[in-house]
Amino acid sequence: MALMLTKRIIPCLDVKDGRVVKGRKFVDFKDAGDPVELARMYNEQGADELSFLDITASFEKRKIVIDLVRKVAKEVFIPFSVGGGISSVEMVKELINAGAEKVSIGTAAVRNPSMVEQAARECGSQAVVVSIDAKRKGNGWTVWIEGGKKDTGKDALAFAQEMEQLGAGEILLNSIDKDGTKGGFDIELTRRCSEVLNIPVIASGGAGTLADFEEVLTSGKADAALAASLFHFSTFTIADVKKYLRENSVEVRL
Amino acid sequence: MIAIVDYGAGNVNSVKNALDHLGVQSVIVTTPEELLKAKRIILPGVGAFGFMMDKLREKGLETPIKNAITAGTPLLGICVGIQVLFEESEENPGVRGLGIFRGKVLKFRKGKVPQIGWNRVHPPKEGIFMEGYAYFVNSYYVVPTNKKIIAATTDYHGKFASAVQSGNVTAVQFHLEKSGDFGLETLRRWLSC
Repeated sequence: MALMLTKRIIPCLDVKDGRVVKGRKFVDFKDAGDPVELARMYNEQGADELSFLDITASFEKRKIVIDLVRKVAKEVFIPFSVGGGISSVEMVKELINAGAEKVSIGTAAVRNPSMVEQAARECGSQAVVVSIDAKRKGNGWTVWIEGGKKDTGKDALAFAQEMEQLGAGEILLNSIDKDGTKGGFDIELTRRCSEVLNIPVIASGGAGTLADFEEVLTSGKADAALAASLFHFSTFTIADVKKYLRENSVEVRL
Repeated sequence: MIAIVDYGAGNVNSVKNALDHLGVQSVIVTTPEELLKAKRIILPGVGAFGFMMDKLREKGLETPIKNAITAGTPLLGICVGIQVLFEESEENPGVRGLGIFRGKVLKFRKGKVPQIGWNRVHPPKEGIFMEGYAYFVNSYYVVPTNKKIIAATTDYHGKFASAVQSGNVTAVQFHLEKSGDFGLETLRRWLSC
């Protein structure tokens, strides 16, 4: 085999005020844990990376998130990203310096694309993940912002390409249609996006079964798959997913 | 004392965090004076080859690093820190590397670039390096003239040197500070060699 780079499985941890929560369709939160403990647990289960989505809305947000990143970086030695309301290059730099490997930029990438370019130039492309919330419209998908509340009308695939050109290192592609449904990833969206890009695509939204992971990493051509509640509520462990993938000839780190 | 060289780019704290976790004291250094006192040196790197070399020269760190290597101080290069040990890179033609090793740095021609993720590290024989998975983020890879210094290889649409070692100089293309238990164990082995 010529390509040995493994497919990544990434648990997403939604954090608010320094605690982990998980939403369904972006509302209804259930409290469930300490981010550092959970990060350690996921690392032990074989997570390839962690993704923190911060939904803190208070004035203390900046301080709380940076504190969280520092704590995790001292305990867990795998890459992790932080996203959620990141709107300045200064904030990106602070998070990277605090120990985050990557920062994911969502709404701000739409409103201020030059921020992506500047962050990539100053921190390197590997540090910049552009997070796209996409929802089907007609034959394609459009980009939604503000936590899935507002349609920008921008074509998701064209936008992803634009972000790659500006220096984004990866695309975190979340299907709003599938998010929280456990009905499987949006395979077509993921595949089309992966085919037009030369940077990795992380598929998100809809994981419900072990086969869903296999499908998005093979037919969907995703480089990585992200899920939150499945792992959070221990429907499966990361190890279950990876074992299943390996049994089905998908290269993973085990 | 272990010196982690901070030439003004990116996050060197992750390397320090890993050493702290292993219970090993380290200092982040930014000046030639501090570097002279080091018993071991870690040279992490992010960003471009040319940027890193410019910064090392600007801060007067090039000569002390070379002198330390000549004096036998163990040095560990990480990521772009392996690349600058060579003579030149396709990334920034015309910029001289440290030239500790003969050879050059080439860009991946196939697949998604950069390579981002966990890939397998195969050492021809076990020592500092073990068989296992490490976390990589790289668009470029080193091509040593002397193949004997290759301490591990990795496959990304073709085989490349993911670690080199010769005498007191060891370097890895992967981020051992982000490679979980595999990375920590590799670091531990380097510290005890």
